[in-house]
Amino acid sequence: MSQVIARADADTLPEVTTERGERAVFCGLTSIIWLHRRIQDAFFLVVGSRTCAHLLQSAAGVMIFAEPRFATAILGERDLAGMADCHEELDRVVSELLARRPDIRRLFLVGSCPSEVIKLDLANAAARLQGVHENRLRISAFSGSGIETTFTQGEDQCLASMVPDLPAAPEGAQRLMVVGTLADIIEEQFRRHFAQLGIVDVDFFPAARADDLPPVGPGTRVLLAQPYLSDTVTALCKRGAKLVSAPYPLGIEGTLAWFQAAAAEWGHSAETVHEALAIPMARAQKSLAKVRESLQGRTIHFLPDSQLELPLARFLRDECGMSLTEVATPFLDQTLMSEELRRLGRDVSLVEGSDLDSALARVRNHRPDLTVCGMGIANPLEAEGLRTKWSIELVFTPIQGFDQVADLAGLFARPLARERQLEVGSWS
Amino acid sequence: MELTLWTYEGPPHVGAIRIAASMRDVHLVLHAPQGDTYADLLFTMIEREGRRPPVTWTTFQARDLGSSTAEMVIETLKGACDRYQPQVLLVAESCTGELIQDQPGALAKGAGLSAPIIPIEMAAYTRKENWGASETFYQLVRGLLAAKAPKPGEEQPLRPADQPPSVNLIGPTKLGFRCRDDVIEIRRLLESMGVRVNVVAPLDATPHDLLRIPEADANVNLAPEVGELTCDWLKRQFKQPTISSVPLGWGATRDFIAEVIDTLGLDIDPDAVGESRLPWYSRSVDSTYLTGKRVFIFADGTHALAAARMARDEMGFEVVGLGTYSRERARDVRALATEYGLEALITDDYLAVERAVTELQPELVLGTQMERHIAKRLGIPCAVISTPAHVQDYPARYSPQMGFEGTNVIFDTWVHPLIMGLEEHLLTMFRDDFEFNDGAVPSHLGGEGGGGAQQPDNVTPMISPEPGAVAWAVSAEKELRKIPFFVRGKARRNTEHFAQEQGLSVIDVETLYEAKAHFSR
Ligand code: SF4
Repeated sequence: MSQVIARADADTLPEVTTERGERAVFCGLTSIIWLHRRIQDAFFLVVGSRTCAHLLQSAAGVMIFAEPRFATAILGERDLAGMADCHEELDRVVSELLARRPDIRRLFLVGSCPSEVIKLDLANAAARLQGVHENRLRISAFSGSGIETTFTQGEDQCLASMVPDLPAAPEGAQRLMVVGTLADIIEEQFRRHFAQLGIVDVDFFPAARADDLPPVGPGTRVLLAQPYLSDTVTALCKRGAKLVSAPYPLGIEGTLAWFQAAAAEWGHSAETVHEALAIPMARAQKSLAKVRESLQGRTIHFLPDSQLELPLARFLRDECGMSLTEVATPFLDQTLMSEELRRLGRDVSLVEGSDLDSALARVRNHRPDLTVCGMGIANPLEAEGLRTKWSIELVFTPIQGFDQVADLAGLFARPLARERQLEVGSWS
Repeated sequence: MELTLWTYEGPPHVGAIRIAASMRDVHLVLHAPQGDTYADLLFTMIEREGRRPPVTWTTFQARDLGSSTAEMVIETLKGACDRYQPQVLLVAESCTGELIQDQPGALAKGAGLSAPIIPIEMAAYTRKENWGASETFYQLVRGLLAAKAPKPGEEQPLRPADQPPSVNLIGPTKLGFRCRDDVIEIRRLLESMGVRVNVVAPLDATPHDLLRIPEADANVNLAPEVGELTCDWLKRQFKQPTISSVPLGWGATRDFIAEVIDTLGLDIDPDAVGESRLPWYSRSVDSTYLTGKRVFIFADGTHALAAARMARDEMGFEVVGLGTYSRERARDVRALATEYGLEALITDDYLAVERAVTELQPELVLGTQMERHIAKRLGIPCAVISTPAHVQDYPARYSPQMGFEGTNVIFDTWVHPLIMGLEEHLLTMFRDDFEFNDGAVPSHLGGEGGGGAQQPDNVTPMISPEPGAVAWAVSAEKELRKIPFFVRGKARRNTEHFAQEQGLSVIDVETLYEAKAHFSR
């Protein structure tokens, strides 16, 4: 099932084919795994089923943390039978949890498919519980359900749910808000770069502390660090913020253009930025040159998964010399991706959505040198003699900014280097 | 509503997938949202399967609800039938599928599909993974064999006299604990007794193979969590006796051999069937140091029961805690615990297990990967004996748990994380020697088992006293440091307990030795 739906700018933008069918992407609950590491005093309580709990521990690599800051309140038969009981039970579970974890400053109630299908109103529950635990912590709700969200969209829902809590920014002052989870080390690098550009009024959202809520208002300039944040951007814009249109800070060109777009809001020219960031850029170029050799001229195929596919494809083609057999993404927001689409240009086979079996058939047909895919598919493709890279690693690893460019390229180079090195046959 | 951090078992439909993934020419259609497809990775990553599990998911979304989900089921079924041409198509739903009540089983029956359909009811809100596996396998076997059962009064045809006696191995699956190697080991054992293995199922069986199950003389209930229900049904319908000794451990393997001989009426000497090195290794003088080692056991029912017997009777350990997450096996585990003078821990709450281990401070933990993490945090040696297990517990080498070779493997696996007898002795004698400082790790402990010993500092916060409790005098603290690091945690804890009981607020050197005397066995 596929059709061509969009051709926004016939001459320069890629055609987008949509597919509907079987999907093989995790649900938004998966975002909890990196969100809870980022927001160090938040707890994520999924209200769902044993499946949701099992997904979380399987995706987290099972038990990497002793006592994680996430848990599942597993619905039982009784909860399904009576909504009143269900709310009472939730209150009990939350009190239990808060008694155990006095360090928690923010609690997210996270909706799942079961909680949504039975229409358990978690926003309501959060408001009620906020009343009970006022002054102790903040409680809010968002959905990570698989019927509403895929994989990275859980972060979008989480951040959007926090937007109403952001304090109003004072009139007139212009501030930059970098939106999307980044590793601490990247935040520090970016702060230094912004300082070099004379931009010091910078907030990162989400911050490492739940109480560090950045102000928002008409002076806010939103710069996206992650591409999958459609609802968060909408919510921020409703509060007066303005989205800075930019590509994503992956690769040297992407990172430079990202800083340039932000700096333009402060009246700095592109050349000024180029000069100010010349040193880290030169460093990045030097380290990328080594990795680039093993990627140059190789083909790469993206199965739909993390929504990072477009910027990654752009980086690997433009800066690493790879060619793209297909770039598929589970969901394409034309506005947030406009700068990436423009850079990708016409000659890219771009697919939105998924029909697993036909997508796999195309992979087998192209036999690309490398396929970027979900963890469930990687080994079966390897067994067919195809090299793969799991996309989940891309959301757990610091890959943004100049100093990570070689690491990012290295993630793709390693399976290829391994193939060259191994003298043993593939399993099948 | 139940608060869960980590779960020992997945939901029941994961059990259904285990059955489908274990077999050939079976396909499973699951009515479930996209996120549930994470289950693929359990097989492809943890067990390194080179094929995707034979599952097609409907992956319905919110926009499909209330209008087109039923059509999606039919479309998915047809697509799966056409593409995979299975001998049997299983149909089930996950927790969310169950709530939207499309009844995919009924839809499948009405869809005019080319493959025979077997619908499975999953009871996602009351049941768990092992139940789901057991139920799926049972429904599959029943669906294929019910019509072949002899009518009342009819006799099951006898095995021709020129054919050797044969058994089926029932229960081994993908994602089971060492099932791959256990099947090889038990097949060898049986063949050495002149017994033919007729069908192994579900592992590597096709539906056609299942049709041959009634041809065997008996069924070996090799993995009761999965196979017992089916064995019971086969016994009722086909008068096939069940061999229910699980050959895990030296004594249990001998019991198994005896039961096979007895059930099949064989004329062979049970003592001549095979031998394990465990009895001699256990009796050899180096193993003296194993005597009375305090072990904590938590696993699925089958492995917990077997480990307890081995630990006490074959290794000479003291079992100080015994439990299982398999509620279906709670009765057996409780009974054995009582025999050992213990109260069984029947729970699937990982925190309750952690509390028990912290409380008991055993010298060895035998458990699942959950207990591995608990033990690691507490600095206690650990060996994994049961699912849930992680990728390192699906080893490349031949590593059965069952039969005589299995007992050899288990002996090594349990002893490895402990400090070797001689080395322990030396550590005590030379504890003030610079080479035997806290950082020195026993030479044979490079990996996992030594984790505790390598990170004594991680342990400290777990066992430091509550605020307001007793304090350590500098001299006592210094003396404590002279105690070998691998028992220091226990010594600290015991001393603090002792001091608290005595109402002391400061621990000095005297208190330390008073406590040692108090706790010495
Ligand atoms: S897809 Fe739905 S039911 Fe499945 S794990 Fe995600 S939220 Fe839970």
